[in-house]
Amino acid sequence: MSTPARPESLARLDRLVAALIAKGIVTESDLVEAQARTDRASPEVGARMVARAWLDPDWRRLLLGNGAEAAEHMGVSMAGAPPLGVLEDTATLHHLVVCTLCSCYPRAVLGYPPSWYKSFEYRSRAVRDPRGVLAEWGTTLAAGCRVRVVDSTADYRWMVLPMRPAGTEGWSEDQLAALVTRDVLVGVALPRLPVALAAE
Amino acid sequence: MSVPLLAPGDRVLVKDDWPEFRGPAHIRTPHYLRGKPGRVVRVLGGFANPEDLAFARPAPKRVLYHVVFERPPLWHEGEAGDDVLVEIFEHWLQPVPAERQAA
Repeated sequence: MSTPARPESLARLDRLVAALIAKGIVTESDLVEAQARTDRASPEVGARMVARAWLDPDWRRLLLGNGAEAAEHMGVSMAGAPPLGVLEDTATLHHLVVCTLCSCYPRAVLGYPPSWYKSFEYRSRAVRDPRGVLAEWGTTLAAGCRVRVVDSTADYRWMVLPMRPAGTEGWSEDQLAALVTRDVLVGVALPRLPVALAAE
Repeated sequence: MSVPLLAPGDRVLVKDDWPEFRGPAHIRTPHYLRGKPGRVVRVLGGFANPEDLAFARPAPKRVLYHVVFERPPLWHEGEAGDDVLVEIFEHWLQPVPAERQAA
């Protein structure tokens, strides 16, 4: 829930941009390209990387070994972006990503972080009481599943590779990708089948 | 990047140091881990030291590790087996001597 920018902030931004251009630090086209890159980034990119990992063991190895290289294969430019690490959930280990120091987030493949990810409440509680946080999201882990909180404190950015849900045998990459939401990629939720299908 | 002094599996202790009380500081080692024991999971690579970058000082590369900590001892609550995985720079880590690891 963002508040609209104040007019004086926009005026300051205009002056800053004009100064950067005048000094030859950036060009108009740099800014347009950066804006386009930002607009292209969305959780759909991360979701497709996960769906592909569920279908293709070679891709899964690439994704877990070098997330940034995998993202490049998806057409995402990772030049200048922090390295991307991918956390593999198993039947006995669930990952939950938080940045307790600020709001580090794998923007290149997930887009802008939601406001709750940046909130003081999430940042302080996820690292201390992750099971309580998961319960509030309605996320239930299997008995015996450990929780590993990944505190993103430095130069890497992290996304979760969740387990493929049962009942999705024979599904296409598009169908699988639709199950992987932003919240799943952060680890506060698990991929869930549409209610109608789950009831069968 | 200099050669990593630590390897996956090594037991380490995060330094119980509080530079923020000595003057302006930028620190990527969270408060809740200062003085706590952990285990190196992997070497992540060499990265310019953010403690210098933040002040526009020359920032030599430091080795960054992924270190895992049992979670219940950090907060005196929580489920056994749960843990926290955190990126920590080498200059914040002290190796735990082998004889203490066995204890």
